[in-house]
Amino acid sequence: MARARLDPGYRRWTPAAFLAPAVIALLAVGIWPLLFALYTSFHRFNITRPRDGMPFIGFDNYVRVFNDPTFWDSLLLTGRFFLTVMPFQLALGLAIALLLHKPGLGLMRSLCRVTLVIPLATTYAVVGLVGRLVFNRDFGVANQIIGWFGFGPLDWLGTTAGAFAAIAIMDIWQWTPFCALLFLAGLSMVPQEIEEAAKLETSSTWAMLRHIQLPYLLPGLTAMLILRTADTIKLFDMVFVMTRGGPGAATDLISIYIQRVGFRVFDLGYASAQAILLFIITIVLSRLYIRYVYQEIR
Amino acid sequence: MDRRLFDRAGHAIGLVVILAFTLFPFFWMVSSSFKAQTDILASPPVWLFEPTFRHYAEVWADRTVVHAITNSLIVALSVTAIAIALGAPAAYALARFEFKAKRELWFWFITNRMISPIVLALPVFMLARQLQILDTQLVLILIYLTFTLPIVVWICTDQFRSIPSELEQVARLDGASQFTIFRRIYVPLGLPGIAVSGIFSFIFSWNELLYALVLTRRDAITGPVVATSFMAGYELPWGKIMATGTLIVLPVVVFALLVSRHMIRGLTMGATK
Repeated sequence: MARARLDPGYRRWTPAAFLAPAVIALLAVGIWPLLFALYTSFHRFNITRPRDGMPFIGFDNYVRVFNDPTFWDSLLLTGRFFLTVMPFQLALGLAIALLLHKPGLGLMRSLCRVTLVIPLATTYAVVGLVGRLVFNRDFGVANQIIGWFGFGPLDWLGTTAGAFAAIAIMDIWQWTPFCALLFLAGLSMVPQEIEEAAKLETSSTWAMLRHIQLPYLLPGLTAMLILRTADTIKLFDMVFVMTRGGPGAATDLISIYIQRVGFRVFDLGYASAQAILLFIITIVLSRLYIRYVYQEIR
Repeated sequence: MDRRLFDRAGHAIGLVVILAFTLFPFFWMVSSSFKAQTDILASPPVWLFEPTFRHYAEVWADRTVVHAITNSLIVALSVTAIAIALGAPAAYALARFEFKAKRELWFWFITNRMISPIVLALPVFMLARQLQILDTQLVLILIYLTFTLPIVVWICTDQFRSIPSELEQVARLDGASQFTIFRRIYVPLGLPGIAVSGIFSFIFSWNELLYALVLTRRDAITGPVVATSFMAGYELPWGKIMATGTLIVLPVVVFALLVSRHMIRGLTMGATK
């Protein structure tokens, strides 16, 4: 690295030339719309009422957001959803990672490892479609499976608790592999000698985990918590297909709610204000991510 | 000896459970796509049945599905090509040059990874309406750059860093221009990373629903949108829906298996190696 500082060997503007196309493109498609959203958020703008025009109303939209219980309810619901799925994803992910890290049964382990990427790559909307079929009240396989364990059939998508559970289960299915693979990456960072030596001392998986492996798992854990928070705020496709936010407001997560305000009610000024607030949350998350996880660029 | 055998059996059972867990929804979708409607509606659900290819024939005969999947393909391939063309040079700059705003630039890229599509969907919808590019492939290609470019830049930066910088210095002594160095050394040697980043960009574009849902109506609809649109009416054509779902998921699953070793890097923007 010192080499570059002593004698760069390139002209000062060379980096800019290489960066410009990407930066200009991202400015055009990423920043320009954001600025437009910011502008719209200070105006009243409803497409279905073109006669009203687009009057400037200052912070009215933001004041409305702060006084809108539905907005806060869906933000709260998003938080509750995160707190529901995350423990499962972490616990199952860690269990999977430990099983895959354990020596022996090489072929089967690699098979498992490879198949873990399937949920991650599956089109989110299609996950929702499968969810609709699996959790169908009358002919869904979910009711058959819980029946084997002696539980009665549930109206999954028709009840508040059922719909929440159904989308949570699909989310756990899709994202547990993410945690598993990140934990596995952490486990494989533990130096072999240390792990071998520790195995002579103790045979307890728990002691191993706590004293030897944990420090290597922590960076991955931080990454998981931040990225999963961002992904839960982003979560739209699967839930939209499965429940459209219903029944009632049972699965009305924040992205679903803002989408409805913007594209069903067409109250674009108000929806823009909500989007800007969501964007601010995103900025905070990115900052945290850079600070605690990203050691790449210093 | 007994204990070891026991241990091994437990391990094997655990792995089988993992396989069943990860594959079940996928298996259920594919198997349902081969079921006759009566078998799909059977209660309790049947696991063994006489397979039928009817639903695939139905999908093939449905012009909208074929149209939508063609659109998806055109959009995803164009986005990928553009993201690589714009992102690879930027990645080279980030990998080899020192400059002031490097950290801020990274921060910006990461933010784009985290941003909820709904935040951009609203203003992009309004802008596209004004520019009259709603319901075109172009608007999707442009907006998909917001999440494909950061991925391409990150993965390529990582790849380009691993190329020995001595090669570059030698080339420079030979009087090669900076762009020649990039084109003749970094592009060919970095090809594996460029390919992986391209595959990620394809997967993410192919899977996208929210933007496609709000920015297209008929001409430019994509696979996920059309699959979702079947979810209306009284008796749903489940077999056809699952067949469409299978056709949409199959290519990305194949791609994902190809890049499975890089999956985590792609999803975390390189938090771990």
